[in-house]
Amino acid sequence: MRTFVTAPWRAGVAATAASLVLGLAACSGGSSSSSPSSSGTAAGSAAGGSGSTFVVWDPYPQFDATSAWWKLVDSCGASAGVKVKHTAFDTTDLTNKALLAAQQGNSPDILIVDNPVVSTLAEAGALTTTEETKADVSSFSPNLLAAGQSGGKTYGVPIGANTLALYYNKKVLSAAGVDAASVKDWASLNAALAKVKAAGKKGITFSAIGTEEGSFQFLPWFWGSGANLTKLDSPEAVAALTLWTDWVKQGLAPNSVINNTQTTSWQEFASGDYAFGENGTWQIANAKKSGLDWGVIPIPAMKGGNAPAPTGGEFVTMPVQKDTAKYPVATKVLACLTSGDNALTTDTTLSYIGASAAVQTKQSANPDLSVWVDAVKAAKGRTSDDLGIKYPKISEPMWGAFQAALSGSKAPQAALAAAAAAAASALQ
Amino acid sequence: MTVYLAAFYVYPLLRNIDLSVHNYTVRSFVQGGASFSGLDNFRAVVSNPTFGPALTNTVVFTLSSLVFQFAIGLALAVFFQQHFPLSGTLRALFLVPWLLPLIVSSSTWAWMLNSDSGVVNYVLHLVGVEPVHWLTSPQWSLISVIIANVWIGIPFNLVVLYSGLQAIPAEVHEAAAIDGANGWQRFWRVTFPLLRPVSAITLLLGLVYTLKVFDIIWIMTKGGPGDSSTTLTTWSYRKSFGSLLPQFGPGAAISNLLILLALVAGLLYVRSAGKEVDA
Repeated sequence: MRTFVTAPWRAGVAATAASLVLGLAACSGGSSSSSPSSSGTAAGSAAGGSGSTFVVWDPYPQFDATSAWWKLVDSCGASAGVKVKHTAFDTTDLTNKALLAAQQGNSPDILIVDNPVVSTLAEAGALTTTEETKADVSSFSPNLLAAGQSGGKTYGVPIGANTLALYYNKKVLSAAGVDAASVKDWASLNAALAKVKAAGKKGITFSAIGTEEGSFQFLPWFWGSGANLTKLDSPEAVAALTLWTDWVKQGLAPNSVINNTQTTSWQEFASGDYAFGENGTWQIANAKKSGLDWGVIPIPAMKGGNAPAPTGGEFVTMPVQKDTAKYPVATKVLACLTSGDNALTTDTTLSYIGASAAVQTKQSANPDLSVWVDAVKAAKGRTSDDLGIKYPKISEPMWGAFQAALSGSKAPQAALAAAAAAAASALQ
Repeated sequence: MTVYLAAFYVYPLLRNIDLSVHNYTVRSFVQGGASFSGLDNFRAVVSNPTFGPALTNTVVFTLSSLVFQFAIGLALAVFFQQHFPLSGTLRALFLVPWLLPLIVSSSTWAWMLNSDSGVVNYVLHLVGVEPVHWLTSPQWSLISVIIANVWIGIPFNLVVLYSGLQAIPAEVHEAAAIDGANGWQRFWRVTFPLLRPVSAITLLLGLVYTLKVFDIIWIMTKGGPGDSSTTLTTWSYRKSFGSLLPQFGPGAAISNLLILLALVAGLLYVRSAGKEVDA
């Protein structure tokens, strides 16, 4: 029977195997480099100074040319005497696109990126400092500006900020006899969750997924315990992780938090069964549409007061150009996008809180936003405290630790000890 | 053709090897001047505590996916060989998983396997079984992604094996039947050996496809909780793109190891096919 397995057939299999393996190589090779196509076309024509095309990249694919945001960018370009070529990228895609563009010397004139990425791009030497470009940073809140600063230099300005707070469901809380205003620290929050559970409802949902998103959600509790990112296994850090772990163990938070993104966590909260949901400024519009009777309180620190939550939101940066004569125009556009009424328009469009005291004061008048203005004032950037590119090397072991503890494979203390060791070796 | 091969196969492969033997930081990636580091990236990857679980998970994921996809696909192919009313329609229905975009099927699986609101746990609850934390417990997460991957892989095996079966002449079966072979014997002694070349190519294709599966795992569990469903592909992605600070060197090193794994498997296969002919 076997003899009909002939040589040509074998050769065919060998060739197939070889080409498939090469195909695999091509796929994984994509992990690195090579394709300059999209960045090339987007930035290729931006050679000249004012008068020629001026390239802007942002991570807001939800907006198109008809949106208020694009019109603002166009008008800022026009007032600086340039025509804007505007491209929107997915936010995770943009970091790599920006690095590749920098490598190939065709960076956009203005690059708007997620704040923790600023220090990565600055480390790559891809961004100008505001000292070089003479951009005015004096009006921005120092706690927000800090995410774009490292080694005493500033690499961009915040366009606005968002952060995390606790959404609560008034119906669930009142059925359980809990007053949201009584939640002032972890003990009172735990007491509230226990009452909610006793009343047959669900306690709190959050996102503890094993990515940066999970670290973002863990930080208010981590910092709220008094822990510091430079010491992942401090007793305070263990207290923060124990808080999360106990919630899941005691059924006060669902097991699904381990795999929740902030979007799926929001869907759980929007189901109406949960008393609390940890989520961001960007959900305000969804909350209004949800039909829930909802409110927002700041995330409490362990011993009372507001925990510092991490800031989200982008920075407007000016990538390094071969032709430095382009900087004055870019500086004008940057100032136009981030100053005064324009900033308020942008932040309203993006559901952000302003990055300057002037905008924040105007937004405080809106009762929907006043809690968030306070939360942003207490917030801090993940790369602040001069951590810069050390932050990603700490964040990854940190999310490993809460994943291990929440899934029960390690106790909080052991999980954080392992994370501290991993962070230490990554930082060497 | 040569230009195409060079641009889309040879260059990326060489570039990947180049990345894996240099000490790239984000700075040297942009500014150039990454120092040659030999096998340092490989050493770092192999001594990383994630390496053991990732390698084991890759092997377990690949082998169990292959075995179940092939076994179920073959059983269905044999089943559909008997023509019965609506067999064509039914067979077409089995192709649905293949036609769905992976993001859709993976998200649907993640949804169905959700601990608290998933339909699977709801059904288990109805029959009195405690909820299983499919995606969020280290014991189950790998099994869950394997189940989803098997479901997605069955149609491919079914289609290829079915057409392989069609190519076996009916006379052989008739001759065996006349010689007194029962159905079971006819399958193992006639169908299975005659199907061998097709089975072999199906398994080889399956091996390479499965080794590089990334999307299903990334969408369903992100490789978690912890490293419990991390394979070499998801780990490579996480290193290169998954955090705020890309580590291209180690990421490329992992994907090179993966290529090596596929090559070794391919070569072993070709050798065993060769021996078979000589036997």
